[in-house]
Amino acid sequence: MNAFSMILARDLRIAFRRFGEVSTPLLFFVIVVSLFPLALSPNADVLREVGTGVLWVSALLSSLLALEGLFRGDADDGSLEQLMLSPVPLGITVLAKVAAHWLIAVLPLIALVPVLALSYALPLQALPTMIAALLLATPTLSVLIAIGAALTVSLRRGGSLVGLLILPMTAPLLIFGSRATDFGVHGEPTAGPLYLLAALAVSAVALGPVAIAAAIRVGVE
Amino acid sequence: MPLPRWFHLLGSPPFVYGFAGKLTPWLGAASFLLLAIGGYWGLVVAPTERVQGEVYRILYIHPQTAYVGMMAYVVMAVAGGIGYIWRIKLAHAVAVTAAPIGASFAACALATGAIWGRPTWGTFWQWSDPRIMSETLLLFLFLGYLALRAAFEDREKADRVSAILAVVGVVNIPVIHYSVVWWNTLHQGPSIMKVGSPSIAPEMLVPFLIMVAGFTLLFYWLLLNGLRGEIVERERDARWIRQLVEARG
Repeated sequence: MNAFSMILARDLRIAFRRFGEVSTPLLFFVIVVSLFPLALSPNADVLREVGTGVLWVSALLSSLLALEGLFRGDADDGSLEQLMLSPVPLGITVLAKVAAHWLIAVLPLIALVPVLALSYALPLQALPTMIAALLLATPTLSVLIAIGAALTVSLRRGGSLVGLLILPMTAPLLIFGSRATDFGVHGEPTAGPLYLLAALAVSAVALGPVAIAAAIRVGVE
Repeated sequence: MPLPRWFHLLGSPPFVYGFAGKLTPWLGAASFLLLAIGGYWGLVVAPTERVQGEVYRILYIHPQTAYVGMMAYVVMAVAGGIGYIWRIKLAHAVAVTAAPIGASFAACALATGAIWGRPTWGTFWQWSDPRIMSETLLLFLFLGYLALRAAFEDREKADRVSAILAVVGVVNIPVIHYSVVWWNTLHQGPSIMKVGSPSIAPEMLVPFLIMVAGFTLLFYWLLLNGLRGEIVERERDARWIRQLVEARG
């Protein structure tokens, strides 16, 4: 088994042993999405209008909640230093951790999206596009969150700071993602924004680990 | 070709402190002169615009502040990158100094834009306008950079971490910009950077460009002044600072 999958399997195992912690983003997502109709209006027309945006922003904020688990625990107990000392390039290590974050904190949210989207009266034929857009946009999001988590790894309370650092950078994901979903709702071709999201994901996965590894080296040294 | 023998001096705090000190009066004077000439030319001499009337004269302030805000981010990221890669402390000092100046210019651009927007578009703020959005996000990136720095007590660590953030940000800025361009826009199309003939009359273009130069020099004047303060702050235990203080009496 190579290093990538070993680190990934380890992080997943740790996550499942702390299931309460892992389920927090998921619950947060459901609760936030349920609060919007109370604040806006229970009217199906209003909900259909704002549903896309509400789901996207809520998913974005919920996946931020899991960032403490990315590097903090490993930095506190010293295993991050061991991982840095190992002959495996740090970029590979952090990429495995980003993949774990995506699987733990983001994929369950996407799995819930169809149910929540239907409760917002979004048309059924928009669902495949929305799921595809989320699947393409969230790897970039996980990389950005990991950059934020790595930059603040040596701070005791970095959580709220990370939102400040990376949320402005998520604007393209929101724009292309909700664009694609809107096109899907109105039955227009959705390939354009989806391709752009895929391009962003490829660049983020290729370049992000360099920045994450650099930030961790500075933070831990 | 003889090797350049001065370049390494740019890494030396006492040299840069003195050099910046010699340069700042000239930069300040040139910037003041250009802003005075361009300001008078633009606000008084230049003809009134046909559609917008006198309101258009904020054209001599607003685009310049927006441009300097973006330039400041690039200066900050390039300086931070140089500091990170070659471990040059002075480059970090430049990056740190550029951040609050850039943030102020970005904020000025948003404020003057709102003042311009009210009479011409009928609204202070338009969420769907790409340039408002990219300038806002730029301001957020500056504020995030400053917040990240403020969270670290160790200055060297703050330097290196914030340099990484600045570089990540500068990679993202074009992506952010072109993604918000997707939205429909109220903004007038680019009138200066157009291929072929610019769609602005020469009697308006000249003061416009003078103001661009004036604001650019203003930024560098502020930057070098701030840099001198930052150098003194960072090197306060060095012998040359003590000698400097003693020489002043």
